[in-house]
Amino acid sequence: MADLLEFKNVTKTYTRGTLSKSSTTALSNLSLKLDDKQPTIVTIAGESGSGKTTLAMLLLGFITPTSGKIIYKGHDISRLRGGDRMTFRREVQAVFQDPFAVFNPFYTVDHLLSIPIKLFKLAKTKDEAREIMIESLKAVGLMPDDILGRFPHQVSGGQRQRINVARALILRPKLLVADEPVSMVDASLRASILETLRGLQRDYGVSIIYITHDLTTAYHIAKSIIVLYRGEVMEAGDVDTIIKNPKHPYTRLLIDSIPWPDIKRRWGETEIKARESEITITTTGCKFIARCPFAFEPCKQPPPLFRLKEHQAASCFLFEENPPIEPEKLTELLPV
Amino acid sequence: MEPVLKVIDLQVSYYTDAGRATALAGATLSLNPVEKLGLVGESGSGKSTMALAMMRMIKPPGRVEAGQVIVDGTDLRSLTDQEMLKARLSKIAYIPQGAMNSLNPVTRIGAQMVDAIQAHDPKAPKSKTVERCMQSLESVDLNRSVFKMYAHELSGGMKQRVCIAISILLKPKMLICDEPTSALDVVTQRQVMETIDRVKNDIGSAVILIGHDMGLMAQFVDKVAVLYAGRLMEVSTVGEMFTDPKHPYAKALINSLPNLDNKGVFQGIPGLAPSILRLPSGCPFHPRCSYAMEICTTENPKIITLADGRSVACHLFTEGK
Repeated sequence: MADLLEFKNVTKTYTRGTLSKSSTTALSNLSLKLDDKQPTIVTIAGESGSGKTTLAMLLLGFITPTSGKIIYKGHDISRLRGGDRMTFRREVQAVFQDPFAVFNPFYTVDHLLSIPIKLFKLAKTKDEAREIMIESLKAVGLMPDDILGRFPHQVSGGQRQRINVARALILRPKLLVADEPVSMVDASLRASILETLRGLQRDYGVSIIYITHDLTTAYHIAKSIIVLYRGEVMEAGDVDTIIKNPKHPYTRLLIDSIPWPDIKRRWGETEIKARESEITITTTGCKFIARCPFAFEPCKQPPPLFRLKEHQAASCFLFEENPPIEPEKLTELLPV
Repeated sequence: MEPVLKVIDLQVSYYTDAGRATALAGATLSLNPVEKLGLVGESGSGKSTMALAMMRMIKPPGRVEAGQVIVDGTDLRSLTDQEMLKARLSKIAYIPQGAMNSLNPVTRIGAQMVDAIQAHDPKAPKSKTVERCMQSLESVDLNRSVFKMYAHELSGGMKQRVCIAISILLKPKMLICDEPTSALDVVTQRQVMETIDRVKNDIGSAVILIGHDMGLMAQFVDKVAVLYAGRLMEVSTVGEMFTDPKHPYAKALINSLPNLDNKGVFQGIPGLAPSILRLPSGCPFHPRCSYAMEICTTENPKIITLADGRSVACHLFTEGK
């Protein structure tokens, strides 16, 4: 089994201030592996400030980890040079949150799609380049005639987001990082974008890291989930188990706050104990302690991940009776 | 009970180079005090246009062609510009989309709040005004210290709450919230919505919530109005809408929602929303409608009121009447 991507005890700390140094740990000791042979969809979930975008930035090589290594196909991504670096850039693609901001309004969609073709010399002639564009647009369910030659303002938000996916697809990526790809798209169009993403995984063998705060879409698209809070893994495992039967108080809070489109299922049965903005972290223990309704004495120590089932683990002392699992073995919890 | 808001046959058009686009074609609504109405539709369906028209904030090339907006007995469209300035915030308040980014970054939150009160009541004594702002901040669960802060010192949820605090300063009878939580995560979203619900009861105003998140609608509002291509397709109570949607578009919208029982089933609505410049003939939804009949391609259905008080614009329900 070859690893496509491996996070080895990755920690990212942001420091600020020159005299009085203060630091924020955006991601703490995360280990994760993705298999080359079995493409899967992993959700990274959490609210703002949980470190999910930091994880995406690390993975794309935009920032370097404070400690630990990110290994892509056996190479540390921060040391990639020359050809290897181009391969990495080509095989790891991203789709970002805002389909409105990523387009240059002065160029037509063709231009956007032709850039990767030029950079990676995928086509020898213009006709060939056009062929590639048409093929990838069709793959994401767009009619090439409707899209090519148009300016970004002439296509809808849902179409733009699918153009982004098409752009990524041109390069035949191995791994796609989708950072909140549907949060700014109309609910009625979300379904089609999610379907497109799933098609990529199924038909083109692309592994997807799906970053979101929306657990409903996560449930529908992903196989496994990692719930982050302030850079720590709170709960991880099989997406069905976790969404239907969350154990960690934080996951419970998240799932309870989803406005389900179901009038029988009411919102907010669990009380929100404290407001996010009013908490300053001084504790070395559980990061969730200030907001946790179950907090008790042991929580002042950092909780390890306790394995509850084959595919579920929660980092909470409420589940002390279960065997702890080392953070390095997180991947074992995630079904593919 | 006398409705606090009556919108009668409101029509808005935009005059563009490509021709006249009817962004809102004769919308009629009424809302009782403390009632919550959800206005849903895809982007470009006229949700924000409707809100702006109610606030008389449509700018050229847009124009309100006809209709009345009666808030608390006053027809807003008959007011002079000066009177309308006073009516905004005191009778009808609007929290625009992305309001949290509309706070002035270089003045303190407090100054912006005091400004709002003084614009309506220049003679109000300073100390009283400040106290009112403080109370307003407290009513949305913010600390009094926020008064002296700048926008960049606050988180997204707190900024959104500041906007709510400003909008309720003068206790308006109508509060229009345009996607108040679209950029917030679920827990903060829940807190903000709970705040809106509470302050609405405190000041006794009705709320219009604009958005496309049907989940939020199911949890928050009492009535849902579905807009499509500038036309009201259905107005029902939230219970009826989610258990028995009448209009095919409302049905498709409800069915496209992900829930726990249908994992992996993505049921989008086929096709795209039409451009309001090139509307199909007849019912604007007919090219995407699975129930489309002969008549749908030629005649635009009028909105009718069914026996149970629901309004639907669809030939399926006008047949044989």
